Amino acid sequence: MPDHPLRGAAAIVGVADQADASGQIPGTVPQIEARMIREALADAGLTLADVDGVAINNPVGWAASLELAERLGITPRWTDTTQTGGSSFEIHVQHAAAAIALGLAEVVVVVYAATPRSDFKRGTGGWGSRANTAGVTPNMEWEFPHGLRLPMGAYALAASRHMHEFGTTSEQLAEIAVQTREWATMNPRARLQDPITVDDVLASPMEASPLHKLDCCLVTDGAGAVVLTSMERARDLARPPVAVLGAGVGHTHSMISQMPDLTTTGGAISGRDAFAIAGLGPTDVDVVELYDSFTITVLLALEDLGFCPKGEGGPFVADGPLRPGGALPANTNGGGLAYTHPGQYGMFLLVEAVRQLRGEGGPRQVPGAEVAVAHGSGGVLSAMATVVLGTEATL
Amino acid sequence: MAAERPRPERFSPPQSDAGAPFWEASRDRRLTLPWCTDCDAPHWYPRGFCPTCLSDAIEWRDAEPEGTVHAVSVQPKPNHPGLADRAPYAVVLVDLVDGVRMMLQCSSAGDPGAIAVGDAVRVGWEALPDGRHLPTAEVTGR
Repeated sequence: MPDHPLRGAAAIVGVADQADASGQIPGTVPQIEARMIREALADAGLTLADVDGVAINNPVGWAASLELAERLGITPRWTDTTQTGGSSFEIHVQHAAAAIALGLAEVVVVVYAATPRSDFKRGTGGWGSRANTAGVTPNMEWEFPHGLRLPMGAYALAASRHMHEFGTTSEQLAEIAVQTREWATMNPRARLQDPITVDDVLASPMEASPLHKLDCCLVTDGAGAVVLTSMERARDLARPPVAVLGAGVGHTHSMISQMPDLTTTGGAISGRDAFAIAGLGPTDVDVVELYDSFTITVLLALEDLGFCPKGEGGPFVADGPLRPGGALPANTNGGGLAYTHPGQYGMFLLVEAVRQLRGEGGPRQVPGAEVAVAHGSGGVLSAMATVVLGTEATL
Repeated sequence: MAAERPRPERFSPPQSDAGAPFWEASRDRRLTLPWCTDCDAPHWYPRGFCPTCLSDAIEWRDAEPEGTVHAVSVQPKPNHPGLADRAPYAVVLVDLVDGVRMMLQCSSAGDPGAIAVGDAVRVGWEALPDGRHLPTAEVTGR
């Protein structure tokens, strides 16, 4: 057993998330954040008075964690506003676990809420509108003028290169969407619940070649929160603790034209570190929650985290490992492809991983799940963060 | 009767201080790259210092306007209204012979879906309203 000070020092003790088959959820973002925090704390058997650390990345206002704590009426002694897009939440967990291990905080809340679908219907701009409001950035000077639609165009370039180097096919990418949708048929809150076929994916409109519409994630409202504390304190709380066994971060670029290798993400770094701290490897993992902004995102994660060798993601997924009953159950809530995707999906990876490890998955429970991985992706394949979680039996 | 909307203009990129020499040379349709004189190597994009050694000894040199398609994606929908009348179009990452990778839009006539990784490209220029030019990629062989 490795003796890394992060391993098992902290646990996730409360979770909450909200999504709806309509794609919309009621309330303003601050109201929804408060609701998620209330539910996650209640899940843990804690109250707001216990919270001494907050983490949030919502890029609204001038200092998200200050505004959040003020709204909540609390005075934290630890704060984190790390913003790496959709992987921010996995990084918040890494930072929070380290802070808890060092005694800098005892109870940390990580929260996220966004309502891009409702915003669009209200005519106040939806997800992606920020891409057109940036100032003089390298992106506006060197990428945006050339007409690449973001985010899908960036992922499409990576898929194009992966296909060229390794012979990966559109059919293989489509398999990821098909297998993820099988999980969504068992989630009554999923936005998309009808099963699909590879032919359905290939027949859906091209968004940015080689990616079709059904290779792409949703745009929905959604929200969630997780609560962390020390493993010692976690044992006295309402739910079985889910230990943070390891965590790692790796970022390789901001703009897709600067990605050093379009077929290898920072997951090769974040996964290596997270598994090393956990003292575990890919073969120990019972269930994976992999950021699925696009099908290619999942394919690259499977390779970079070591579930299959580099370049073999296509044949690997074609065997159907990700589906219910498969060898590597993945994205068991239906993922960003079918459950919900409010712009930054990483929160939902954590919530679903925790529920699986607590045995609360209902019809989509992976039997006997003891080790889970939540792997976030932010930017345009830019920032990866991996969290390895386990039941108390894994300590 | 609906009023006719003015035709949206093509997006004109902002010009950073670090990128200004590139845009000035573009007025003459001349491809230049920032070189670090300490490393004796070019880099892309311009940022006012060398991303290898962090030296600010940057010199702009004329570059070979030739390269190879590294990755390609056809965009059925534009990312800006000013490009609506040319969609679908291909956006490529090009490995220039000088050793840097640049994002460009393909200006070649014909089916954008036929453009493939490995195709040879030459850098061309599209006029911007202010006299600058935007580099483009013209497929010259496959």
